[in-house]
Amino acid sequence: MAANPADLSAALVLTPVPAADWLVVLPPAWCILAGAVLLMLRKSVRLQALIAIPALAGLVVIDALLLAHVAANGPVTMVMGRWLPPFGIAFTADLTGVLFALAGAVVALAGGVHALADIDASGRRYGFYPFLLLLMAGVSGAFLTGDIFNLYVWFEVLLIASFGLITLGSEPRQIDGAIKYAFLNLIATTLFLVTTGYLYGIFGTLNMADIAAKAAAGRAELPLMTLATLYFVAFGMKAAAFPVNFWLPASYHTPRVVVSALFAGLLTKVGIYALLRTLVMLFPVEREELSFLIVLVGVATMLLGALGALGQSDIRRLIGYVVISGIGVMLAGLSLGSPGGIGGAIFYALHSMVVMTALYMAAGLAGRLAGSFDLNSLGGLYGRSALFSALSLVLFFAAAGLPPFSGFWPKVMVAKAAIDIGAWWLAAAVLATGFLTTIALGRVFALAYWRPAPMALPVQTMPAGALLPLVLLTALTVGFGLFPERLMALVQHAAQGLADPRAYIGSVFPEGK
Amino acid sequence: MNTLIFRTVAPFLTALMALFSIFVLLRGHNEPGGGFIGGLIAVSALAIFGIANGIAAVRRALWFHPMAISAFGLFIACLAGLLSAAFGVPFMTGLWVYPVVLGVEIPLSSVMLFDTGVYLVVVGAITSIALALEAGDDV
Amino acid sequence: MEFPFVLLIGLFFAAAVYLMLSKFLVRVLLGVVLLGNGVNLLLFTNGRILREVPPIIPQGHDVPATLTANPLPQALILTAIVISFSFFAFLLVLVYRAYQDLGTDNGNEMRLAEPEDDPLPPTGY
Repeated sequence: MAANPADLSAALVLTPVPAADWLVVLPPAWCILAGAVLLMLRKSVRLQALIAIPALAGLVVIDALLLAHVAANGPVTMVMGRWLPPFGIAFTADLTGVLFALAGAVVALAGGVHALADIDASGRRYGFYPFLLLLMAGVSGAFLTGDIFNLYVWFEVLLIASFGLITLGSEPRQIDGAIKYAFLNLIATTLFLVTTGYLYGIFGTLNMADIAAKAAAGRAELPLMTLATLYFVAFGMKAAAFPVNFWLPASYHTPRVVVSALFAGLLTKVGIYALLRTLVMLFPVEREELSFLIVLVGVATMLLGALGALGQSDIRRLIGYVVISGIGVMLAGLSLGSPGGIGGAIFYALHSMVVMTALYMAAGLAGRLAGSFDLNSLGGLYGRSALFSALSLVLFFAAAGLPPFSGFWPKVMVAKAAIDIGAWWLAAAVLATGFLTTIALGRVFALAYWRPAPMALPVQTMPAGALLPLVLLTALTVGFGLFPERLMALVQHAAQGLADPRAYIGSVFPEGK
Repeated sequence: MNTLIFRTVAPFLTALMALFSIFVLLRGHNEPGGGFIGGLIAVSALAIFGIANGIAAVRRALWFHPMAISAFGLFIACLAGLLSAAFGVPFMTGLWVYPVVLGVEIPLSSVMLFDTGVYLVVVGAITSIALALEAGDDV
Repeated sequence: MEFPFVLLIGLFFAAAVYLMLSKFLVRVLLGVVLLGNGVNLLLFTNGRILREVPPIIPQGHDVPATLTANPLPQALILTAIVISFSFFAFLLVLVYRAYQDLGTDNGNEMRLAEPEDDPLPPTGY
């Protein structure tokens, strides 16, 4: 076919690919395959869970293998269609991405199991499990891609899947919430696209490793501050940071509780991940310049989130504010920029993925047992199930950041990093947030669990299938609270990999271009 | 729109456009065309059929649920990418075979399989949205 | 060549923002569509507008015969068009459903998820 054979080795991968590299693309591909099969079989309601839960378990296994591989060998890259970067789209897994992906997979598995009891047959017929798998395809793809436009595409994949999930059931309340969720998230991703367009205009490349290298080389004459600021706004909106957070409390309490749980665990954290990726890895100098703005936003987010939680009577909305407050802590860690701050932000994000999901699940079970989500009429849950109350209390403490649970350590890391640079007021804000969150969640425990039931409780049994994932997630938060060393070492390693992306760039351009 | 002329012409127009959409799909590898644009042409064909004969007729004509069609497309597109795992090349590398059928060499490739998947995704997804808008029920 | 495009993009963005500030969802939706088109133009302009030769490699060659237009922005725009089109379709269905179920397309009147008379939490037992 080739009349004038060109030198293909300049553009194509010609060496065989080691099988382990396939782990990088497998998570999204696996989710898409499973999601497609589920969508084809959506008439057979019984098969859905039977296929989806093993598929999600498989995703956890794949991500765990990938984590082991990356922890041992450093970042791994695979390019699409064997086009060499920066021409081809690269998938690059580094520790940060894989840690997020694994936590996301665990959360999704827990959600999938929890949904056995929470999603009824009509919800399954409308496609809960296919949407969940497609959501996971988007989430895993976003965490593992090494191309910024591809990141945008995965954002849209997960956004479309989340639209499907949030309107599941189509009650008027849900439509109302979905409208606010859909419009504001769409504007955020459009802003992301605008910025990516400018970035392409400036660098002529979309590969993140390439951008990081070129930005480091030509920082002086490139308008990188604009890009960094625009990314901060776009991803801050996705992450529900303070002035642009209003879509979250308007929508997260409207869908099925397990959907809220998955959203709380996955979606805002994708925004945080993208912030880490762009501001820490691509534009570290600009992040330094912006750090005062970021820290202001972070402090405002955490305090207003905690104060918002104090003012809510619907426990689902209350947890929505707790989610926002956690975002503030992550932003504070991000603004510090030191390994402790970034590591704390990553650790807190992982902790928040697990705990916020579990909190929503607990709220769902509380609502199911007591027949209401309103603090004014909730009560008597302790008498109903002591085990469930104990689990909830652990989760409340973990969310507030009290020792010995997993929320404690990242807050310590962030507060320590803040004090190290003399920002005592930031450490004070983190502590005050923990205090306010403890009050808000402690009041939930006092009213909904300890208080005798104000009205006759509906006779509802505790579904064992719904309790199992709650036990699993709670065990995770206790486990990482008691034995944080291993994870802490991993996140510090991940933070160093972000701050000094030589290994990342070397994995994309092996010959050290 | 429900005139006699339109109703008479619509089935022919639909068949012609469906055929043309497949032509555009297959042409797409080296020339302008491809799965996405081909799929859009096929959806327009179905839309014409739907406007003339009602959505029940479209659903009957498709036989499968539109969402199942698009899911199948997604499945084979993803499979086309994973095929390259068996040959030691990266994800989504184009693989070609040239079987000779009745003396004619027919180039087949994983790229074409992928494009067919895209075609089916577009046909399924946009038909289901169009039908939902037409009927006013849920997607 | 870029300058008129830049003006046009600004116009698109201004119109889009104006429409999105409306409280009526249909206008917001139209604003989103305009915004999407403005962004597509922006991507196109960011790829530089240089040549009018389509980036197609002729039969029997490995590289294009002459310099061609930059194909990458076109690929990006195609992706963005597909995505914004599917979002538009989804939002259209959603707004229509909202109009049917909530009986309004006025965002200020959609208070089902966040009722104005939401009770405060109890201050004690």
